[in-house]
Amino acid sequence: MANRIPRVPVREQEAKVRATNFEEVCYGYDEKEAVLEASRCLNCKNPRCVGACPVNVKIPAFISRVAAGDFSGAAAVIAEDSSLPAVCGRVCPQETQCEGSCILGVKAEPVAIGKLERFVADWTRENGGLEPVKAEPNGHRIAIVGSGPAGLACASDLAKLGYDVTVFEALHRPGGVLEYGIPEFRLPKDKVVAAEIAQVKALGVKIETNVVVGRTVTIDSLLDEEGFEAVFVGSGAGLPKFMGIPGENLNGVFSANEFLTRNNLMKAYRDDYMTPIHTGSKVVVVGGGNVAMDAARTALRLGAHTTIVYRRTEKELPARLEEVHHAKEEGIEFAMLTNPVEVLGDEKGWVRAVKCIRMELGEPDESGRRSPVPVAGSEFEIETDTVIMSLGTSPNPLIARTTGGLETNRRGCLVADESGVTTRQGVFAGGDAVTGAATVILAMGAGRKAAAAIHEYIGGKL
Amino acid sequence: MLTPTICRMEVEAARLAAAALPGQFLIVRATENGERIPLTISDYDKDAGTVTIVTQQIGASTTEICAMNEGDSFADVVGPLGVPSDFTEMSAGELAGQRYIFIAGGVGTAPVYPQVKWLHERGVAVDVIVGAKTADLVIFRKEMESVCDNLYICTDDGSEGFKGLVTAMLEKLVNEDGKSYTQAVAIGPMIMMKFATLTAKKLGLPIIVSLNTLMVDGTGMCGACRVTVAGKTRFACVEGPEFNGYDVDFDEAMRRQGMYRTHEQEADHKCKIGRGK
Repeated sequence: MANRIPRVPVREQEAKVRATNFEEVCYGYDEKEAVLEASRCLNCKNPRCVGACPVNVKIPAFISRVAAGDFSGAAAVIAEDSSLPAVCGRVCPQETQCEGSCILGVKAEPVAIGKLERFVADWTRENGGLEPVKAEPNGHRIAIVGSGPAGLACASDLAKLGYDVTVFEALHRPGGVLEYGIPEFRLPKDKVVAAEIAQVKALGVKIETNVVVGRTVTIDSLLDEEGFEAVFVGSGAGLPKFMGIPGENLNGVFSANEFLTRNNLMKAYRDDYMTPIHTGSKVVVVGGGNVAMDAARTALRLGAHTTIVYRRTEKELPARLEEVHHAKEEGIEFAMLTNPVEVLGDEKGWVRAVKCIRMELGEPDESGRRSPVPVAGSEFEIETDTVIMSLGTSPNPLIARTTGGLETNRRGCLVADESGVTTRQGVFAGGDAVTGAATVILAMGAGRKAAAAIHEYIGGKL
Repeated sequence: MLTPTICRMEVEAARLAAAALPGQFLIVRATENGERIPLTISDYDKDAGTVTIVTQQIGASTTEICAMNEGDSFADVVGPLGVPSDFTEMSAGELAGQRYIFIAGGVGTAPVYPQVKWLHERGVAVDVIVGAKTADLVIFRKEMESVCDNLYICTDDGSEGFKGLVTAMLEKLVNEDGKSYTQAVAIGPMIMMKFATLTAKKLGLPIIVSLNTLMVDGTGMCGACRVTVAGKTRFACVEGPEFNGYDVDFDEAMRRQGMYRTHEQEADHKCKIGRGK
């Protein structure tokens, strides 16, 4: 019985060592390990994993090819549905998606679908890459705003259908959150992100960096003057939230976005870059999501003693299990049921401590989660040099403000239906710009759906 | 070079030039490993597809920019960023009755120029006060003269024009020379904008200031540029850079501006050693 084989463990950089460098934490499977792990898949007739994947990768089909040692065949299967497999294999929350629905997981451990996807993508890249399938050009031009996961997925699907696609990116490197947000030790930039973007470009997709849509050009000018027939907005949720507590503008208080952008996009951790970054010897990160884990683990690697402060309990941490596990292994402290009420400064206006209050879980709120309630009189101070606010983000208002007829909801998100159709004809949207901060894979799913909707829209116009 | 530490250059950036309006800025990276440096746009030529930028050598990155030669390229140029000046939204009727006074300090004279030019081309009365340490450090003198009604130069040492601060000049114009203005605009060092605002308030004159805060992306993503305006946190990059001077917490803005000063000094220091001086 194949499923008697336990899940093949994946090799990782030792916690003590990796806490001092920015090299990738996980080494991934080698060929032998991958084939063995793939042999655990039961190849279900009605695979639940496929339905649980936001881009519906044909999981049993690719895994059976891995089991047979046909790695490039496996890559071709994945490429039908995903343009960023080396990224997704590394950053997807598999435990709540594909692996969470794996039948093996009922009694034992699910198949390591994420690690297998990553193996296939890495193996293919290291062995010359997939031959890009170039479609016959159909002469229709589509503009895409943002080169993050949503935009790249949308661009890939459209290019495969023969569209002439141009992606506009505001920053100087393409990739969006893959480039500025997720750290090198989780997602290597040159080896993985740049390589997967090169694959998208090989389909014929053009990427123009340093173009801020809403400023350098507008959606209207793209449609009316530059000859694009439809626009997909995948501009993400870039605006950081703050708590609104006293002392938040003291020197030494940063948004996780700023801290991570300085270190990831601007490479502050490397001596050969000019970017400054501030940690001091102690850092407090406020929040419990993946971004909070990334910020904390980055601060740790830059040499700071780091504490994560979160107002609920560890059970409610929204971060991926693997990230929490890795963060703990590396020596990050977790202060749960703790909420900042004020940032305290020294006489020069720099952070000296965070005043926090203890919390306890009360009655479940409308989301079903027990909401945290402050314990009266339990205030205490945590001494620190730096505070990193990682409380989530909201969509950038720039595009909505500069585009007529594009409605937003009260949270500032673009209004779009399931297939990405917005309130403005010819303008489609998806990813965090529509949902607010979510995951790479959900954004990719939205990008794919919008690509299908754009194809239908252009077809209907003919 | 306009002065030993201030340089002017024209940059080819057709889309940017076509979209630029007074009050906006751009971000450049001199080299592939460089910082993103926000700079004000001091002129633009939509036909030629160029923008003019003026940079003052302060730290390592700005020194790198000033060391560039004609024909060199920036690794990246992005913009225009920020909200254009309020007056670009005003109708001809609204502009007709306006009398502007600009207060420019040091390198802040450069971004004042396109604003004055824009207003002058639309027949609006504009006076300009330019402040500098000494006559040699006054930039854009000729350009400014050609687009304003009156140019008042102030130097700390009296080597040209009025000896004293721009704020004293403003008070003199209004209180002694009988000038009256409907709107003041101050662009320059944070400390100058703070005191220009205090003076304008005393004179009952509304004042707009342009905040040169720290920035990384310049598109609202990082929040490094946050300033307290009328008690609320605002992002200078996407909601500014121009704000009502009365509402700005200048002391906080100045403190935040200095956040990386030690880093910058270290970088500067390293850089000099590298040159083998």
